[in-house]
Amino acid sequence: MSSQVYPKDKEILPGLQIEKVDDRIMTLNVGPQHPGSGHMRIIIKVDGDYIVHTDPDPGYVHRGEEKMAEYRNYITNIPHLERPVIHDSCNILYPYCLGVEELLGLEVPERAKYLRVIAAELNRCVYIEYWLAIYGIFLGHSTMFMWPVGDRELLIDLLDKMTGARVTHAYFVPGGVRNDVPPNFEDVCLRQVNYFEKRLKEYADVFYDNPILISRTKDTGILSREDAIKLGTTGSVLRASGVDFDIRKKEPYDVYEEMDFQTNVLKEGDSYARSKIPWLDMFESCRIIRDALKKMPKSGSVRVKLKPKPKGGDTEVYRRVESGRGSLGMHIVSRGMPQPYRLKISVPSFRNLIAMPHLLTGEKLGNMPAVYWSLNYWPVEADR
Amino acid sequence: MVDDLVTSKQSKGLTIVDQINSHNANVFVGKLGDILYKAVDKPLGMALNWGRLWSLWPVHIETACCSVEFGAASGPRYDVERFGIIEAFGSLRQCDLVVVQGTITRKMAPRLRLVYDQMPEPKYVIAMGACAITGGLYFDSYNVLPGIDGILPVDVYVPGCPPRPETLIQGCMLLQEKIKRMKPR
Amino acid sequence: MSSTDSTEIAKTDESSLASDLDKSLSDSISKKFSNVEIAYVKPDRIRVNVKKEDIIDVASFIRDELNFDHAESVSGVDYPEDKQIEVVYHLGSYTDTSLDKKILALATRTPREDNPRPGNDSTKLPSLRDVFPSVSFHERECFEMLGVYFDGHPDNRRLLLPEDWADMPPLRKDFRIKGR
Repeated sequence: MSSQVYPKDKEILPGLQIEKVDDRIMTLNVGPQHPGSGHMRIIIKVDGDYIVHTDPDPGYVHRGEEKMAEYRNYITNIPHLERPVIHDSCNILYPYCLGVEELLGLEVPERAKYLRVIAAELNRCVYIEYWLAIYGIFLGHSTMFMWPVGDRELLIDLLDKMTGARVTHAYFVPGGVRNDVPPNFEDVCLRQVNYFEKRLKEYADVFYDNPILISRTKDTGILSREDAIKLGTTGSVLRASGVDFDIRKKEPYDVYEEMDFQTNVLKEGDSYARSKIPWLDMFESCRIIRDALKKMPKSGSVRVKLKPKPKGGDTEVYRRVESGRGSLGMHIVSRGMPQPYRLKISVPSFRNLIAMPHLLTGEKLGNMPAVYWSLNYWPVEADR
Repeated sequence: MVDDLVTSKQSKGLTIVDQINSHNANVFVGKLGDILYKAVDKPLGMALNWGRLWSLWPVHIETACCSVEFGAASGPRYDVERFGIIEAFGSLRQCDLVVVQGTITRKMAPRLRLVYDQMPEPKYVIAMGACAITGGLYFDSYNVLPGIDGILPVDVYVPGCPPRPETLIQGCMLLQEKIKRMKPR
Repeated sequence: MSSTDSTEIAKTDESSLASDLDKSLSDSISKKFSNVEIAYVKPDRIRVNVKKEDIIDVASFIRDELNFDHAESVSGVDYPEDKQIEVVYHLGSYTDTSLDKKILALATRTPREDNPRPGNDSTKLPSLRDVFPSVSFHERECFEMLGVYFDGHPDNRRLLLPEDWADMPPLRKDFRIKGR
């Protein structure tokens, strides 16, 4: 009797069909409350131990910087624009200042250019040290959390002397830098940077030559050269895949042309190479700082006087710099107002995010933190 | 409730132990703390509060850029763990502190509340940074809450943009003072 | 020296400063496509305005013949007085070392509606995702921030805004933020 009421494989009422679900596939939400996610959520589908689908879900720190910039003039935009990367704040203000200078036709004094380079390189080291610390804690390596965070304080002290703030410097302004450095800054800076470089070499023993680290990161999340170019990745992710592209070399801004340094390129394209490139970059940063201290003019003005509420012409600019994570561009559209008509911040984290689904899919779940954080990704910046 | 139960059963001449069976055993175990508070109120309460003082473990939820200074506070220079507080920890079931590290956006707010609701009592909240207190720099942003007072009961406010690690430590010590003087529950 | 004067002077200087390579790049585009407007040629910065029907052809030409291989950013700009929304693709090159400094801005415009219904109105553009895979997330962002629907993009979902966002796209000029 029952077979007549419920005929098999026939006439299932609309809306009551049960979607076929493979019981092997399981969906995991990594984040936003998770030690291995940062300020974002990654929706992962796993088949056993292997990731079959990845969907990054950023936006948990989307604060509408671009909309706010349309209501503030070129000078009052400075403090909130550095908040997306609070520990790399000089480098995120760099393209903004270069762009506004191009708009207003300002010429930066020579000493200010060198001070900018020093501050930007110190800040790059501060950023990379924090990133390295988090990478250590992601891999369960507590020593690698403590060492970089401790060494980072040295450079923060220097920046504190230079700018007067620990992390939010607001040091770069259109037309130069905000203030000159204290009198004995050069000696202190040279001494600290030399000590810092000596400490950096010790990281190899505890971290980069560590067989456990190598086994966790080697040959995971391999990004080939072609894919890196196609996906438009930037910075350490790109250079770990064998593309020699560094804005400081390719499109030198301020005095980077005169600096003596080289770019680091590795060919492997795996998580190990991606984690090694920023560390190698810090040595180059130390070289640049020493070189800039040597070549810097000993005195001179550091800032051009600006009119209150300067107005740009009816034009647009796109300027980019090499930040701690990669190429950081700002597209400023001006229509003769004291405020930018539109300010688009093209951030490296957002550009590298595109590589995440590509890299994680097919990996083991246990490799997720190693691959994810090796992308040199800072969620707050990606969300803006 | 338990007291009512106890008195009503006692009036019938039965002890509590007689009433326990496999169905209501959980209730009695769960209410044991309440019964103990009633029995030895003050000395035990002080001991409980003292225990809570030195185990303020925060949930691992980062909400915005203040997490950088939060990380620096755990580093070797500031070493906040020497005070027995802010030991970064994974599971929220074993935590009793939420440090709201900066801006709360409209997308994050329900998640933050969900995290708070999942935590067992007792739980405390520190609002870190200007954004978590009033919205800070982002007072006119379309996606930022003007402070977290609307979604969480805040115990201590730590101002700054971002607060230096020393300020965070001071905020935590203020919270310890507060717990010391709290009525245990 | 007023600031507007200085920018005008700088602008005229810039077009004469542009290198031969810049000019040859822009010439090759304008030679191949008749209805393409070269907005400006500054040193290392070229801007090309195209109609939205031609954008895929122009983008494919730029990729295959001029060796621009990735998108740096995709920015949408709202022009309410023209009743149009402009989308600018900033293209760069990693493979060709002579193009290291160059950024080619490929701009197109789409009609704008006063009462936006993202995805269901005439504010649509063909997606460049098949030409440059790197624009995929940028176009998703542009869709939610300005309400420009990209035809042919398989993943026109929300990216940054909260799931319950019911207001108009926030980067439109008629969306006012509080207190302003």
